[in-house]
Amino acid sequence: MLQIALTLAIFLLAVIPAGTYMYHIAAGEKTFGDPFFDRVDQGIYRLCRIDRRGMGWKEYMGNLVLTNGVMILMGYFLLRFQGRLFLNPNGAAGMGPVLSLHTVISFMTNTNMQHSFGEEGLSHLSQMLVVIFMMFTSAATGYGACMALCRGFAGKREDVGNFYEDMVRVTTRLLLPGSLVIGLALVWQGVPCTFGGNVTVETVTGSFQDIALGPVAALESIKHLGTNGGGFFSANGASPLENPTIISNLLELFSMMLLPAACVLTFGKMASKGKQGRAIFAAMAILFLAGLALCYGSEMAGNPRLAQAGLQGPGSYEGKEVRFGIDQSALFTAATSAFTTGSVNNMHSTLTPLGGMVPMLHMMMNCVFGGMGTGLMNMMMYVVLTVFICGLMVGRTPEYLGKKIEGREMRLVVLVLVLHPLLILGFSAAGAVLPAGMETLANRDFHGFSEILYEFSSAAANNGSGFEGLEDNTGFWNITTGIVMLLGRYVSLAAQLAVAGSLLAKRRVKASAGTMPTDNGLFTVLLVFIVYIFAGLTFVPALALGPVAEHLTLWF
Amino acid sequence: MKPFLKCLRSAISVSLVMMAVCGLAYPALVTGMGQVLFSWQANGSLLTARGERTEDPGRAAGSALVGQDFSGNPMYLRGRISEGGYDTYAKEEGGRGGSTGSANYGPTDERLTRRVERDVEEFLRSHPGVERGDIPADLLTASGSGLDPHISPEAAEIQVSAVAQASGLAEERVREIIERHTEGKVLGVFGHGRVHVLKCNLDIAKAMGEM
Repeated sequence: MLQIALTLAIFLLAVIPAGTYMYHIAAGEKTFGDPFFDRVDQGIYRLCRIDRRGMGWKEYMGNLVLTNGVMILMGYFLLRFQGRLFLNPNGAAGMGPVLSLHTVISFMTNTNMQHSFGEEGLSHLSQMLVVIFMMFTSAATGYGACMALCRGFAGKREDVGNFYEDMVRVTTRLLLPGSLVIGLALVWQGVPCTFGGNVTVETVTGSFQDIALGPVAALESIKHLGTNGGGFFSANGASPLENPTIISNLLELFSMMLLPAACVLTFGKMASKGKQGRAIFAAMAILFLAGLALCYGSEMAGNPRLAQAGLQGPGSYEGKEVRFGIDQSALFTAATSAFTTGSVNNMHSTLTPLGGMVPMLHMMMNCVFGGMGTGLMNMMMYVVLTVFICGLMVGRTPEYLGKKIEGREMRLVVLVLVLHPLLILGFSAAGAVLPAGMETLANRDFHGFSEILYEFSSAAANNGSGFEGLEDNTGFWNITTGIVMLLGRYVSLAAQLAVAGSLLAKRRVKASAGTMPTDNGLFTVLLVFIVYIFAGLTFVPALALGPVAEHLTLWF
Repeated sequence: MKPFLKCLRSAISVSLVMMAVCGLAYPALVTGMGQVLFSWQANGSLLTARGERTEDPGRAAGSALVGQDFSGNPMYLRGRISEGGYDTYAKEEGGRGGSTGSANYGPTDERLTRRVERDVEEFLRSHPGVERGDIPADLLTASGSGLDPHISPEAAEIQVSAVAQASGLAEERVREIIERHTEGKVLGVFGHGRVHVLKCNLDIAKAMGEM
């Protein structure tokens, strides 16, 4: 308990300067590394002949989709032909077409769902030119879109910014230096970083052991800093080669939580009313702590069947690592799903039913800090919804930050909010009926339904963690989750930017006595309620069939 | 059409530059600096049979990070359950290329209950004096990675008398070895007390060799 509280306290201390720094990057203000980074940026702009004028939301979104599309194509061909390229010491073969497509979509959308086996499926070159490359660019894309949205809501300028400039600035000033420092700290803690292949050692009992190596630390740092989550190894952050010590675990935890949370404060600064950001931050923190408490409590209660078999409590240790224990495992689980990173330091399928429900719930809400940039964007939709509902209750035209919320914005907000449950529940229903889905389940019971529900929640929220156990490298899973990831990412981004663009075009109205304040504790509470009510109405029936039913069979 | 082509050109050139910077230069820089600053860690934290650091796989008996399979060797401490046997294998079997992960049995999976029941029976047989219900939960559950190098101090203590008997060492000696390889919490707060199974067993092997 104490170490969870202390961990979160350190995180709070780190997030405030990070928010300020990100604001300076987004607003083009002075940062400490300007003399060096300006030169690098200028070089890139000149080399790519980038037009640096401000864009409208349509142009911004168009360039975003185009750039991501080009990257997906490049990544696809690299994976197909990796067997014939260099830096392949472990002899990975070229990947099949469907799996290649799934993998590049998964990394480009910041999802990092892996249906291939890290150490067996990818060459070192693919880990670098596809995985690490996309971990940077997908995070930069999410950040760019979020800043564009914030500029639209803040309404301080005519345009929403320049996509290329956003992407380049955040990469050179934040993602690259941050990843370098964290990466080296991880090597110090023991994470391997070499271009060499696996090694084999002879043990004292006369048997042999293979130890998998590669440029792991380079991937590990950006994987968390960019809320990506895809592991070098299939055991992800549970593997001692990716996450060897409690210090590496804290580093990985902080780096994945830092930027999504800082985005919220950045928004507050942009709206030049820090309190606006703080009200939203507080709502996210309440949602997060509630989930964490449920997960920790459920894991500490353990598994009664194993206690019956003769194991001593407390806590469910199946699928967890001794060096992290129950508390740091529960914290990591709650964080990786809230911040939609998707890396794991314990196996989520082996969590107790209610402990495993928490990551699902976080991905279903998709706004508890959320992924790099996208979490705040989703929360802004709930903010608009809250303002709208409260406005209707008192019979006034709702307004937010001096802009009237009208029919067009509400239609787009509802599109975003309904699309997410539609993708999760619609595809889960299909997966639970079609033989192609049923045949791949590890269990054909409540837990099996949870496996399906988790997989599509993870895809739609662009999280990427898996309730492993599912045999997911099949045509059915690769194609369906590929579609869900694409729609969950790009349709949402487009609709959200459209809301921002629409608000930007409106005239500012003066705040009057009838304007609902959106920067106080009451608004925070209302926001939390709206998120819970929405999640409750859409997802409780599905959760009742999965984790809740499993909990009841386990305990009663 | 023309503005589209212009955008496409920007998109392609930015993608190529980013790929070169983030996909090549960055990992090369981290790897280069890691190899220079922390070369032992960067190459897998390998240990010799005497427990010394080495970077030569030919001299190594294991990695300080990765657990090993000691089941079936009663003179050694055993680690946690691993579906893939910690990637250790007899020569004739051939390697599996260092894969990680576990079977991921859900909490209500009957295979989980059966596995634990079977392991508890076996443990009680091979460790006389241990009562059902006294076995620490970490010892007979599978780790997430299948490579967990640690067990809890309680899980080590409960094995002391059986290990002492099979290895011929005094119980005091075994306890002393375990204590030497028990790591505490960082700053007294973060993490959990844990015993490094491989390091203990390397010392046990050394002590047996000296007898």
